Amino acid sequence: MTVRTTELVAAIVCALCSIGLMVKSAELNIGWVAGKGPGPGAWPFWLSSGMLLVSVITVYRWFRKITPESRNLEIFITRDRLVVVGVSAGSILFLLVATHIVGIYFSLFLFLLFYLKFVGRHSWPLTIVLMIGIPVFIFCLFEWALKIPLPKSFTEPMFYPIYDLMYS
Amino acid sequence: MDSIFTLLASGILEAMQPLNFMMIIIGCTIGLLVGAMPGLGSVNGVAILLPITFLVPPTAAIIFLAAIYYGAMYGGAISSITLGIPGASTAVATVFDGRPLAQSGKADRALIAAAIASFIGGTISVVLFTLFAPPLAAFALKFGPPEEFALMVLAFATFIGLGGDDIPKTIFSILIGLVLATIGLDIISGQPRLIFGDITGFLHGINFLVLAIGIYGIGEMLWTLETTRGEVTVHKVKMSVRSFLASLREIKSYIGTTSLGSVIGYFVGTLPAAGATPASLMSYGLAKTFSSKPETFGKGNVAGVAAPEAGNNAASTGSMLPMITLGIPGSPTTAILLGGMIIWGLRPGPLLFTEHPEFVWGLIGSLYIANFATVLINLAFIPVFVKILTLPFTILAPTIYILCVVGGYAPTQTMHDVWLMFLFGIIGYLLRKLNYPVAPAVLAIVLGPLAERSLRQSLLASQGEMTIFIERPISLVCILLAIALISYPTIQKLIKRRRAQATSGEK
Repeated sequence: MTVRTTELVAAIVCALCSIGLMVKSAELNIGWVAGKGPGPGAWPFWLSSGMLLVSVITVYRWFRKITPESRNLEIFITRDRLVVVGVSAGSILFLLVATHIVGIYFSLFLFLLFYLKFVGRHSWPLTIVLMIGIPVFIFCLFEWALKIPLPKSFTEPMFYPIYDLMYS
Repeated sequence: MDSIFTLLASGILEAMQPLNFMMIIIGCTIGLLVGAMPGLGSVNGVAILLPITFLVPPTAAIIFLAAIYYGAMYGGAISSITLGIPGASTAVATVFDGRPLAQSGKADRALIAAAIASFIGGTISVVLFTLFAPPLAAFALKFGPPEEFALMVLAFATFIGLGGDDIPKTIFSILIGLVLATIGLDIISGQPRLIFGDITGFLHGINFLVLAIGIYGIGEMLWTLETTRGEVTVHKVKMSVRSFLASLREIKSYIGTTSLGSVIGYFVGTLPAAGATPASLMSYGLAKTFSSKPETFGKGNVAGVAAPEAGNNAASTGSMLPMITLGIPGSPTTAILLGGMIIWGLRPGPLLFTEHPEFVWGLIGSLYIANFATVLINLAFIPVFVKILTLPFTILAPTIYILCVVGGYAPTQTMHDVWLMFLFGIIGYLLRKLNYPVAPAVLAIVLGPLAERSLRQSLLASQGEMTIFIERPISLVCILLAIALISYPTIQKLIKRRRAQATSGEK
């Protein structure tokens, strides 16, 4: 896909999102409520109408080839760049999905193993040190210092002994 | 005048409290590191680390974040000079002369000049800040909802007029930020708004941090990975006491233009869309114009490194002025600081000076100390910072992703927000590739609730008459300035076209 095509697709998607937001805002009162001023839907409704307007202008400018992107016939994202970005985005996606299943700490473990060993090709000692060190650091910082429990899913009981140590 | 000195002295004492002082030192060091790493700037550091500051009281927290902001402005120069890639966009102009100096083996001179110039810029701007902030805040006390709203319109207009990005795309970015801010419960009627698919996660609204971390954490790392592919070459830096003393003697060759650049940088920094990048470019241009040897600029002139560094440091302090006094952030980083203040239960704006003087003056006092701390840490540890630049991207990137994920989870403690953050990161990255500016959206999501409240209060007071914004003098001035700024790019284009026609007519 060229940059030019992507520019048009993005502008159309933006316009559609704006329409969606307008419809959603119009579920609430977008007019004047006596004694209370503008209804709750008015502000988001007019903002999304503005979004629609500027998106349509972008589409118009695309037809007239005004923006530099609408004249750019290069590939939007080349295959090797897509691999670099895709590996990162994919591994974060994995981290989030895995967090729902096995909790954050085990997911971090796997995420770091993959990123450090298979993407970065670092040595095993360094990989293992960071693989254990970073989750431990995150645990100390969030659970212990900030008192913010991170999601652990079914692995929660494994942490009971540590809680006992922390809060005893 | 006397009272300013007393307040400032109490502020400096407040900043010298052990906890606050420690925060300054840690913040400056982290800021230097974050600023030095290519692709990461103050805004990324502040966005990613804000959740961690819940650990300490608000004053210590903002001092910490302001110190990161400060340190990052110094740190940007390190990678501009030794790698030839700006550590942050604010250090772009530092590459022009920093790179040639490093190539000819004078990286140490460039780094020392950058640190000293940053110190000059920081000092001048902090003094200006101290002098301007109290009267501006006192003036802003007169503002009612119409003035507040008009001021926000003006803040957004600066993005359209001075941002330099595609105008429809800039407006889109502002509007989407404002719409995202409306999600959740309506502040006046209490009704749920824009709850997509009845997902309960939307009921508590979209925290600005979710957008800021998504865009400046995940989106920015993806962008940096794509553009640098993680491959960089570092120039060697040799430091010695003798070269250090020789560099100190060079100060007099650039102190004049650097000071002037700092003053200009400070005022440019106060404008929301302008900020540190244009300030450093303007300061560079000024140094070149006033130089007796302008032809040496771009080929390795130390003054060409000093000027932009003074400019960007001064601008970063300048951008805090409207944040503290008016509640309008002067840059994306201060937008995040402002959002943080709201989380800590402080209402940014003129009342802050009367209601929480210890907070405001503690922050101002900390700027003075941070300035000294950063220049000392910077000069003492230049070789260490250069070494850290060689840290492989495959270690840096996953660490940042992890901080983003847990940082996105911390404020509301729902996975819903983490998913949203990831989504914003990807969308932000894609839109940025298409030249949609992302900073206005971050500013808008922070200001959104304030803008809506002031608009609705104004309209309620005027019974729906929009004329309320032009009947009151201060808001009229703001609106007129906003109109002038919005029409500025169009007028500029017309003048250019007319000139082009005139010259082609002469032929």
